Amino acid sequence: MTALSAMTPCGEFRTSYRQDTTIFPTALSRNLMLAMVAVLCLVPLVADRYILDLMIRIGMLSIAALGLNILVGFTGQISIGHAVFFGFGAFASAWFVRHGVPVVAAIPLAGLATTVVGMVFGLPAARLKGLYLAIATLAAQFILEDFFARAQWFTGGVAGTITEYFSIFGFYFDTGERYFYVVLAYMVVMYVMAWNLMRSRDGRALVAIRDHYLSAEMMGINLTKYRTLSFGISSFYAGIGGALYAHYLLFVSVEAFNILFSIEFLGMIIIGGLGSVIGSLFGTIFMVMLPEVVQWGADALSGGWIDRTLRLSNSISFLREMVIGAVIILFLIFEPDGLAHRWRMIKAYWKLYPFSH
Amino acid sequence: MALAPLRGRLKTRTLMTDNGRSASGGATPRDAGPLFEARDVSLQFGGIRALSNVSFSIRTGELFSIIGPNGAGKTCMVNCISGRYRPTDGRVRFKGRDITDVPPNRRARLGIGRTFQNLALFGHMSVLDNIMVGRHHLLRNNFLTGAIYWWTGAQREELAHRRAVEDVIDFLEIQHVRKSTAGALPYGLRKRVELARAVALKPELILLDEPMAGMNLEEKEDMARYIVDLNEEWGMTVIMIEHDMGVVMDISHRVMVLDLGRKIAEGAPEAVLANPQVKRAYLGGTDAVPDQAA
Repeated sequence: MTALSAMTPCGEFRTSYRQDTTIFPTALSRNLMLAMVAVLCLVPLVADRYILDLMIRIGMLSIAALGLNILVGFTGQISIGHAVFFGFGAFASAWFVRHGVPVVAAIPLAGLATTVVGMVFGLPAARLKGLYLAIATLAAQFILEDFFARAQWFTGGVAGTITEYFSIFGFYFDTGERYFYVVLAYMVVMYVMAWNLMRSRDGRALVAIRDHYLSAEMMGINLTKYRTLSFGISSFYAGIGGALYAHYLLFVSVEAFNILFSIEFLGMIIIGGLGSVIGSLFGTIFMVMLPEVVQWGADALSGGWIDRTLRLSNSISFLREMVIGAVIILFLIFEPDGLAHRWRMIKAYWKLYPFSH
Repeated sequence: MALAPLRGRLKTRTLMTDNGRSASGGATPRDAGPLFEARDVSLQFGGIRALSNVSFSIRTGELFSIIGPNGAGKTCMVNCISGRYRPTDGRVRFKGRDITDVPPNRRARLGIGRTFQNLALFGHMSVLDNIMVGRHHLLRNNFLTGAIYWWTGAQREELAHRRAVEDVIDFLEIQHVRKSTAGALPYGLRKRVELARAVALKPELILLDEPMAGMNLEEKEDMARYIVDLNEEWGMTVIMIEHDMGVVMDISHRVMVLDLGRKIAEGAPEAVLANPQVKRAYLGGTDAVPDQAA
């Protein structure tokens, strides 16, 4: 990994510190990323509703996953309650809209409200580490889940909450094709902000705390402040993701944000790559696509002898869970650095192709 | 028999003095009141007294070494200065201000930097980032201005400090590894990167906890040169813990000896080395040494 991250293509000369601190190592990689976003902008013109739905879900979840990665992957804290912050963002946004705030403003407001809640639950993080912190965040999961079920005024209780479409100046983003652009815009902004954070002072402080908190303290980093801040940033991302989710589905139910969902977020960042911004996206794509792929597989096999012996059509739901579990275990064994690492390896391979040594 | 190793070291010392510098030469410490002062510092862990009533003071510009056998309390003393431990008793003062109750993360801003005995780099970060973390207290951008990098001056600030960091990198001759992951470097280089990180802090007082432990002669000579340069050219006051007597005697202005948590000697290197109590602490035994009470 060392050698790979240090490797720049030959002929690539940097003559200023500015060139040496860019988000993307080369002009080509930056342009490819811009081209990728441009291509994504064209997707709604050709894709059907099913594909669009998947992509929108990937977009919303990847924002929240990035938040969790900032907390777990970059700061080295742990949280098994990320889904409730995602849920809190969804309910908060709906609540703001009910109180007359336009959806455009409600989404960032929901993000901020979630930040506050996240920081409150993150306060023990300043004192707890490892397993103890995991249990403390588990408490956050159950407390907030219970709060969702009981706080009629906020969530509508067990009946859930109905909310509105995203709109700007009377233009409604009421179809998947339109809402896709909202999610894409948020995603680009949130990812770029995370990249920037990681190349500036406070991002480095977070990573320093992860790698060696004692010497980080000697470097003048206030551990309490930054650990709490990390929870805040992570919750902000979760809140934004949740708010986008609310205005996509237009209905938020209290059961959605259970511990399984929290663990799915952890699965996303572990598979994607802890401590990698783009890895959060890879992991989300993987986790969203995996059940679909399993479904496709089951559909393709339907009617055949495998289907008859295993009764795939009946057992598909638990088969999916099993595959997800197996994949996480396999990833932990064979690719602990996640898809982001695999991605770097692929890039390195092509950089040196056809002479791999 | 017991004295043989010490004499051997004395010989090295004389050798190094020839191409190094004599302890009394070099930067003459300015006489402007103590930069740092420890008053009756005691540190107790349960029933163990790690430090008992240690007092000393350091003038600006001094290169001050703390020596002593293993378990003498040297690192505990440095931890009291850097704030990792709070003395059970006594006060520590820096630039005339009582800093006993100042948390460690605030001491960087006051002007105290340190390295660790066991390497404490940020293993997964690049060398550059490691050293940039040293600039933390000098940088003003935060998570909000940092996240929108280009329009808040964060970029300008980062680049300006990158330049300062490059100066440190040049000084310590680690240009070739600046992009490497710190944890993957060999031991000697990691020690140097750690020193670079502490230097990047721009401290007035730098605490070096065994900067030469586990190094070969060549690396030690390099490191000794860096420390002397830090002291003379960068104007940093240095407190160093070191076991290599040759180096200690050669480059220190003054030396303090701790044994079992008590200060048993302080003064010019030659005087300290001649002190019978010091010999006893290091070598044990009583036969070759005059009676302590006498």
